[in-house]
Amino acid sequence: MTTTTSTRTSARTGTAYLIRGGSLLGRGVEDLLVRDGRIAAVGSAAASGAPQDAVTIDADGLVVLPGMVDLHTHLREPGREDAETVETGSRAAALGGFTAVHAMANSSPVADTAGVVEQVYRLGLASGWVEVRPVGAVTVGLGGERLAELGAMAESRAGVRVFSDDGICVSDPVLMRRALEYVKAFDGVIAQHAQEPRLTEGAQMNEGDVSAVLGLAGWPAVAEESIIARDVLLAQHVGSRLHVCHVSTAGSVEIIRWAKARGIDVTAEVTPHHLLLTDELVRSYDPVYKVNPPLRTPDDVTALRAALADGTIDAVGTDHAPHPSEHKECEWAQAAMGMTGLETALSVVQHAMVDTGLLDWEGFARVTSVTPARIGRLGHQGRPLAAGEPANLILVDPAARWTVDPTTMATKGRNSPFRGLQLPGSVRATFYAGHATVLDGRLATPRPVPAADEEAPAWNL
Amino acid sequence: MKHLLSTHDLSARNALRLLDVAEEMAAVGDREIKKLPALRGRTVVNLFFEDSTRTRISFEAAAKRLSADVINFAAKGSSVSKGESLKDTAQTLEAMSADAVVIRHPASGAPARLAASGWIDAAVVNAGDGTHEHPTQALLDAFTLRRHWARVGGTPSAGTDLTGMKVLIVGDVLHSRVARSNVWLLTTLGAEVLLAGPPTLLPIGVGAWPCTVHYDLDDALAQRPDAVMMLRLQAERMNAAFFPSTREYSRRWGFDDGRLALLDALGLDDTVVMHPGPMNRGLEISSAAADSPRSTVLAQVRNGVSVRMAALYLLLAGDPHDDVPEQHDLPALIPEGRTP
Repeated sequence: MTTTTSTRTSARTGTAYLIRGGSLLGRGVEDLLVRDGRIAAVGSAAASGAPQDAVTIDADGLVVLPGMVDLHTHLREPGREDAETVETGSRAAALGGFTAVHAMANSSPVADTAGVVEQVYRLGLASGWVEVRPVGAVTVGLGGERLAELGAMAESRAGVRVFSDDGICVSDPVLMRRALEYVKAFDGVIAQHAQEPRLTEGAQMNEGDVSAVLGLAGWPAVAEESIIARDVLLAQHVGSRLHVCHVSTAGSVEIIRWAKARGIDVTAEVTPHHLLLTDELVRSYDPVYKVNPPLRTPDDVTALRAALADGTIDAVGTDHAPHPSEHKECEWAQAAMGMTGLETALSVVQHAMVDTGLLDWEGFARVTSVTPARIGRLGHQGRPLAAGEPANLILVDPAARWTVDPTTMATKGRNSPFRGLQLPGSVRATFYAGHATVLDGRLATPRPVPAADEEAPAWNL
Repeated sequence: MKHLLSTHDLSARNALRLLDVAEEMAAVGDREIKKLPALRGRTVVNLFFEDSTRTRISFEAAAKRLSADVINFAAKGSSVSKGESLKDTAQTLEAMSADAVVIRHPASGAPARLAASGWIDAAVVNAGDGTHEHPTQALLDAFTLRRHWARVGGTPSAGTDLTGMKVLIVGDVLHSRVARSNVWLLTTLGAEVLLAGPPTLLPIGVGAWPCTVHYDLDDALAQRPDAVMMLRLQAERMNAAFFPSTREYSRRWGFDDGRLALLDALGLDDTVVMHPGPMNRGLEISSAAADSPRSTVLAQVRNGVSVRMAALYLLLAGDPHDDVPEQHDLPALIPEGRTP
């Protein structure tokens, strides 16, 4: 149902929206005027400055937040369009309250050249639901043997800043060191999937009391923690920026806390599922709970929540990983690892962090938008809700309650581990560069494709 | 009981019921005509994704003695490598109106997956899944132990449990579905369980199990067990540095002639030596031990048929004494409001 580009209007002449009575970051109630891709006015000036044909949105009871930025999304295209496409994944992202996602590099072909990252970037532009920022592979073919052309990806139209072999750890210490050093040339960051490969051969689930009973090969916490320890020391040694993907253990939190205290330039993300679910779920042997890194123990969950609250963990990253049903309708050991997450992230984080009092909405914006945008060097995302800023923002009803039904989601993946759970919070509207991609909790229209001469400004309003 | 998937979630009541029915089935085996009409017209499929002639023929004999029709489906190799998924296989069997599926599978949890998936309505019997469980093996071991315990105590076997018995399980517990099923079942039945083996072959998390752990076999034997159950050592463990050599393993954790003599020296006249088979003679058990009067190896095989008859009978012919479904509480989520 993609609208053809020729029928779309220019972003610069789009609809203006007067958002009335929303609570900015969960605090003061103010009106907002969205016009020409920006927040044109805040407060009483919004209504007075609104053009006659502005669409008024009643945001009474809603929280206004900056659009969420996902550092960790698997869009599967090119190569596994049966699992997800840029179109379906970015629709899911818009519905979930995102205005930008980072598309992981483990597509087929791997996003390890300027050509592939530009392809993904252009697919994102054409879809128009969110900003799609390709992540470049660190090594050729994710092979862990030689560096991909990181500079070419950085200089391409996709402007890649985040590099990752996600799904596979850059385990060779020399290669990791070189990658960390090299990306300093263009302010890039290496996002490491921390998993010592030898310690996790054939690993199926967290190694502990539950794996002992289930007879499933263990994925020990030390396999994650030892790599993080090595990498923060490498980052310190070469003076580089390191990002740790999907931190899952209490021990990892301690190492990152230590590294930050030493002034090491490290950031870390946690997934919504690791903030809520534990390895007890694996007792069902239902592969919907199979994910990498695996679900851990209640003590790990508690430590991850505390770390996200106190800033040790900087950001939420969904690790949205859609799989076709046949990859989950099988024995545990044969099943693919991964869970969908774009359309449940806001609700799970509200449930685990906001409703528990660990974060207020400003804190929520920090971990879901402001900090991930900074890590990914997206200067126009995660901005303050102030006049003149780019209008990447969402309206959230925190009082809503809904029951997760994967069959109704926009993602192609049906592998949501939250299936059947009642969760709080719903995204009522998403504005991407001032364009309403979601209204009344439903997909509206994609943002028109910018004309070629507007392309650069599209990212840097 | 709708399925027999594990002993971890088997109640003492259901376990005793299975063992008591197995006593009745054993009596059938002693008759000239070893056959009951109980499952006439019912179809039992032996679905074996892994080679196991011993277990398969034991189930086949059990089903045939109950007059069931038996279909043997050997699907060796992983379902994925064969191209047909477990789901498709299950639905094929469903379309053929299988009443029970006896499944042996290299993947832990495959029988549980089959039972819970909705792909099939048949009763599912776990005949060994990966390194998870082998419940009928544990039941036949418990049956063998109970008979031995009753004989030593001079009491009838039926109706009694294993209270007061001390059972030592030795070897590769980490990879053993037999060990797991026995730990749960024997403790459910009141026995005290001891484990002995190299630390590399005991799972992380074993500390939460209802048993004591010994790294030294002779220390464990000094605890005066009533039964010593030797586990089979898989040859492939050698390649993964779980222990330095088979000779060192054999010296430290093998039930050799010296340890057979030690039982005599300790005055443990009634202690039996068990092995689920097939045995590596000279590795985890010496020939003298395997062939000694203490050995229950052949009795275990014989009892296997009776126990499997009982399981098929109770699952398919129903059980008037069936109790309420056993609970499977999944503490899925962090409890509401639990905050750091």
